[in-house]
Amino acid sequence: MNKLSRKIYMAAGYNTISLGTGRKEFNPRVQRPGLEHYMKEAGQGVIAQVGGAQNIDESVVGNFMSSRFNKQAHLGAFMPMVDKGLRFKPSISVEGACASGGLALMTGIKSVLAGTADTVLCLGVEVQNTVKAIYGADILAGAGWFSKRKAGHAYFFPGQFSDRAGAYYSEFGREQARLGMARWFRNAIENARLCLTAQEHHNTVSDLEALALTEPNPKSFTEHLNVFDCSKVSDGASGIGVFSEEGLKRAGIAFADAVEIVGFGHAVDDITEDPPQRTVLTTIREAGRQALAAAGITIEQLATVELHDCFTIAGILGVEALGFAAHGEGAAFVAAGNTARDGKIPMNTTGGLIGWGHPTGGTGVHMAVTIWEQLTGKAGLNQIEIDADRPYGMTINMGGDDKTVVAIVYKKTE
Amino acid sequence: MEYTQRIQKVSVLGAAGKMGSGILLLTAIEMADQMLKPENKGKSFVLNAIDTSDEGLSGLLKYLRSQVLKAAEKKVVALRKVYADKAALIENSDIIDAYVLDVMSVVRTTTRIEAAYDSAIIFEAVSENQALKEKLFRLINENSTSKPWFFTNTSSVPIGGLNKNANLEGRILGFHFYNPPAIQKLVELITIRENPVEMVEFARKYASNLRKTVVPSNDIAGFIGNGHFMRDALFGISEAEKLVPNMPLYEAIYCIDRVTRDFLSRPMGIFQLIDYVGLDVVQFILRVMQPHMQGEKLHNSLLDELVLSGVKGGQFSDGSQKDGFLKYEKGKPVSVIDPLTGNYVDIATFRDAADQWLGSIPSEILPWKALVKVVEKTTILKPAFKALQVSTTKGTALAVTYALNSGSIARKLVSDGVAQSESDVNTVLLTGFFHAYGPINDYL
Repeated sequence: MNKLSRKIYMAAGYNTISLGTGRKEFNPRVQRPGLEHYMKEAGQGVIAQVGGAQNIDESVVGNFMSSRFNKQAHLGAFMPMVDKGLRFKPSISVEGACASGGLALMTGIKSVLAGTADTVLCLGVEVQNTVKAIYGADILAGAGWFSKRKAGHAYFFPGQFSDRAGAYYSEFGREQARLGMARWFRNAIENARLCLTAQEHHNTVSDLEALALTEPNPKSFTEHLNVFDCSKVSDGASGIGVFSEEGLKRAGIAFADAVEIVGFGHAVDDITEDPPQRTVLTTIREAGRQALAAAGITIEQLATVELHDCFTIAGILGVEALGFAAHGEGAAFVAAGNTARDGKIPMNTTGGLIGWGHPTGGTGVHMAVTIWEQLTGKAGLNQIEIDADRPYGMTINMGGDDKTVVAIVYKKTE
Repeated sequence: MEYTQRIQKVSVLGAAGKMGSGILLLTAIEMADQMLKPENKGKSFVLNAIDTSDEGLSGLLKYLRSQVLKAAEKKVVALRKVYADKAALIENSDIIDAYVLDVMSVVRTTTRIEAAYDSAIIFEAVSENQALKEKLFRLINENSTSKPWFFTNTSSVPIGGLNKNANLEGRILGFHFYNPPAIQKLVELITIRENPVEMVEFARKYASNLRKTVVPSNDIAGFIGNGHFMRDALFGISEAEKLVPNMPLYEAIYCIDRVTRDFLSRPMGIFQLIDYVGLDVVQFILRVMQPHMQGEKLHNSLLDELVLSGVKGGQFSDGSQKDGFLKYEKGKPVSVIDPLTGNYVDIATFRDAADQWLGSIPSEILPWKALVKVVEKTTILKPAFKALQVSTTKGTALAVTYALNSGSIARKLVSDGVAQSESDVNTVLLTGFFHAYGPINDYL
């Protein structure tokens, strides 16, 4: 990444609830809100914090598969529905599987860097409970190479990460790995319970790690993962504004209420190729490295990380890919509580994908909102302490099986 | 004839009925699963769905399609392997659609009994009418090209009599599914001495492929399930009648229904269960059983009167409950019949008084829903029954009497030779009636 030509900020974040099994409001038999509802709520949530739509120059919508989940494409053109003030302004939708939200942020950042906009409204949205999980698995499999779908598992992506987990078990020991994954699950749910919008907010299970250690059942699901190792099916949207300094001023947002974007990495790998090594998330490693290098910091300076834990094993492998633990030691690192909210490096402080929810196209934006909340002291019950000597946060948003990754480094404003 | 060969040609009689449609569904899936095995490629499988009602058969196909779809969705992990060699079937939805089509392709609906003449297996699920069953068996047996095996779903008619009267040479056994067959795990298997060994082996293998729990019952009218339920129901009605000096009969029905449900942690009160099965069905089964039970009165006048006046219970085709002893809203009882007037009386008008008369439920008693989730039920049930015993309210006294009577009925089924063991009786109540504990226990 070249040195940034302008200062870039994010502020005015907003999350809808993540709706799906686990939320008390969720009833699969009753008609639920659609894309329009989520886009409106998240979009208007941001617009209300920037002094109105007149202060927004462009919009970007991150979405993965509305064309199949909702039989609806062309989401960019929904923005004037969100607010009439966005009529005749630029708006596009971007797609990169579960990294679509991250790509929306990247697109917004680049518009501001290009100087063609001072404020970009970035939304991420997905409404997935329109079909049963077994058909949703078909739709989400589109994040992989379709030529491999036939040979894949019925639950395609859980199958992919089950293979990764299996490889990890045989290379580094199953028991320690399962313990680390169980702790990851516990952290996710405990953080989510504190967050009003989280899908697992209402979770009351007492022994979370015991639940997470339920033996996988390959007859009905995958060989190496149980359902607690997986993020759930979610409906939800998140929004945040990307600003230049002028944009912030125009919106009347104080610097203290914004975070600065100090580096990003955006890496993709060949979707037609199998992972070079199942126990390593190579693209996350590369994108993370790019972002940290661009920001000119090391992982020791990070106060918190939002890591793409579509599966508990992805959390463990992500911890290793970013360098918090050596290859094969991620499970023990997590099991020791290092990534818990009071640990060495708190991760996914509002629950992550497993606890907060995973409306696929919205997740990347949700991550940014959480980091913005944490670094500006707006995280409510989820607030962790941000040390003065570690004023940075990072998001890692992954699409497919480690194929598209967006990594962004955020800094608390002075 | 091997299992596969035998199951290639099957007919279900009464296929559009409540039990018949479930049996048809399970058999269609089993036949399709056999058909899809590589070693059975090219073999034809035919399942005749025979019923007198054209309308019923058309509804049956809709039901079948929707249920097979659900079954396919549940086992898609395995189905992907079954269809691994079909390159065009890629997504789960492709595979599920293909499976639904394959299962449906096995089924032929018809109103003509002649279709059964080519079948090697006949499942019979027509109404509990012995003469009708015998007539159909005789007709098929006399016209059949092979010597078919007859599997009857009767819940009460002795198999030996059917065998003799229809001249089936031992080629009939009782294969009694519980309602609804697709959900209930239990099958009562009633064999007779004359059954060929391979026929019983087939029945056990078929049940095991359907993932059913088989409980053997001897060939005594009512078998185990109805042997317990009929007597339990008669006792419930008589207990309510006994309360009449204290309260109107409708209130007494409410009280006994509540005691049998809430005080004894059962899924339904006894009157709700009678309604669920159907008052007419209960009356019919009692009539079938009575001639075989000398010295025992299996009859209740109130039941006869209600059936005569058209109060029959049972379910509508959408599964909702028809009015019986109780009237329901959203599946919950809201009023009780007053047999004197034939009108239903709102429970709300007397609930407080009746509940007060019964007294409170000891806190040790868990509702059925909570109890079934407990793994070590004994730790809950022992103190719960102890609490029932030491309590001095009218409700707990009724509950204790009722539980003791249920235990006696169950033990008598063993001593009369209907059931082969106490645990078989308990299994029937646990799996066929969803009770949380068996009637034979040492809690009291």
